[in-house]
Amino acid sequence: MSVVSVRHAAVAYGGRTVLRDVTLDVGAGEVVAVLGANGSGKSTLIRTILGLVPLAGGEIELFGTPQRRFRQWARVGYVPQRMGAGSGVPATVGEVVASGRLARRGIFRFPGAADREAVRAALDDVGLLDRIHDPVTTLSGGQQQRTLIARALAGRPDLLVLDEPTAGVDAGSQEAFAKALAGFGERGGTVLLVAHELGPLEPLIDRAVVVHGGRIAYEGAVPEPAGHHAGPGHDHVHPHAEPEQARICVAPTDRMPAT
Amino acid sequence: MDLFQYDFMLRALAGALIIGLAAPALGIYLVQRRLSLIGDGIGHVALTGVGVGLLLQQSPVLTAVVVAVLGAVGVELVRERGRTSGDLALALLFYGGIAGGVVLVGLSDDSANANLMQYLFGSLITTTRQDLIVIAILGAAVLTAMLALRPALFAVCNDEEYARVSGLPVRTLNLVIAATTAVTVTIAMRTVGLLLVSALMVVPVAAAQQITRGFRSTMALAMGIGVTAAAAGVWAAGEIDTAPGATIVILAIAAFLAITVGSATWRVLRRHIPAERHAEHAEPPDVVLQEAGAR
Repeated sequence: MSVVSVRHAAVAYGGRTVLRDVTLDVGAGEVVAVLGANGSGKSTLIRTILGLVPLAGGEIELFGTPQRRFRQWARVGYVPQRMGAGSGVPATVGEVVASGRLARRGIFRFPGAADREAVRAALDDVGLLDRIHDPVTTLSGGQQQRTLIARALAGRPDLLVLDEPTAGVDAGSQEAFAKALAGFGERGGTVLLVAHELGPLEPLIDRAVVVHGGRIAYEGAVPEPAGHHAGPGHDHVHPHAEPEQARICVAPTDRMPAT
Repeated sequence: MDLFQYDFMLRALAGALIIGLAAPALGIYLVQRRLSLIGDGIGHVALTGVGVGLLLQQSPVLTAVVVAVLGAVGVELVRERGRTSGDLALALLFYGGIAGGVVLVGLSDDSANANLMQYLFGSLITTTRQDLIVIAILGAAVLTAMLALRPALFAVCNDEEYARVSGLPVRTLNLVIAATTAVTVTIAMRTVGLLLVSALMVVPVAAAQQITRGFRSTMALAMGIGVTAAAAGVWAAGEIDTAPGATIVILAIAAFLAITVGSATWRVLRRHIPAERHAEHAEPPDVVLQEAGAR
């Protein structure tokens, strides 16, 4: 049975067609990467699958249920591109990750021991358990991204949907990310992720789908970096970008937890 | 302290304490969602409700609750659309609300100016027993909803799209916040007045978040600051004969300033203390070396 099934999907924003005739199946236990350039419609595709963007035509099924009637949202873990801009009201890493339990628990029940345990386990998976009581604003971009994956994992989903999880993330966080995803895959989880570059996630990917101009242009094995225009360029960028990012993100973090 | 031997002062104090607790408990969600001024707007709309009540010779508090809830739900539906015209729609609603209120109060039999002022700036001293019962029931309802739904409301205010994908009833929760805002504004109208009510929702939160690390602790501290400012404000207003509502708000702002200055000073001191400690550790070898050199 397909976990995600998209049939001839079409999406339009304010009269402009963003996706046309997209058909995609993700089977149970598969790890599928949706690749494409900026503006190709790859993010729109997964946002449509999640019901955040209305479908203009075609059909989408989640776990065999038409998306409009789908109610088992606890089975889906969503990792957005980035944490929303802070409003100034502090929140700890643990509090953000605890939101991931709501789909399973319901809004009227208070968190119990199982919820707390799931939050700790999810944070352990992404290597941030020691930061559970720290405000999320003291984390680096990559650590914030790991917090978001922990939030999704805390709900113990069957399907993880990730929107550019590694964009602008330092190397250490990318590795932690890949480890968490690999663990999720080994437990039988299904993954659908959007990426601009795969980096350390590449060995995990079973199948790649390339979106171009609102259509699926390629489907199959992950394209070889040599044949992929962006691949080598990104490989070069990484070693240079890492130390700089580490300095910007980590140094203030080290000073701040004491406040 | 003997001011509190009077029943009206006790009622004033009880009313203020309820608002002092409930307003920040709701306000934290408004601040989190960058809607700090929404309470002010809903307060404008509530004035029309007061006018309706006075005109129909009904309890102004009850009619204000009804009109404010309708207004708040309208605002939420406009906000949900997220269109730029929403800004203008809000302006129309708010100014229409206050103008409508002033006109309706003027039309009613009870049209003395003092009457209008009592709703705009609060009038704790005239809080009747019946008012207090309404304030207590509605205040308890607001507090219960804000505390019991905290994880869900936090999720919605923190990341609305994620909450949607979690299958949370996002629209219902947003409407709960809107309706609760309206109820809080209306019950606070007797304490701090419609023009100052937003301050009690926002200022304690702004003060608390300077020194807290998490959402729950911010909420608890904001409620503590709110209830302390309310109690101290009623007492101070009685002692120095000022308007209680404004006194409460001034005290809350004083708390904000004190915490801001205090935490900034603390941060500066902390930055210097480790340096000094470092110097202490570095000193003995220096001294020994110097002494050795001197001999």
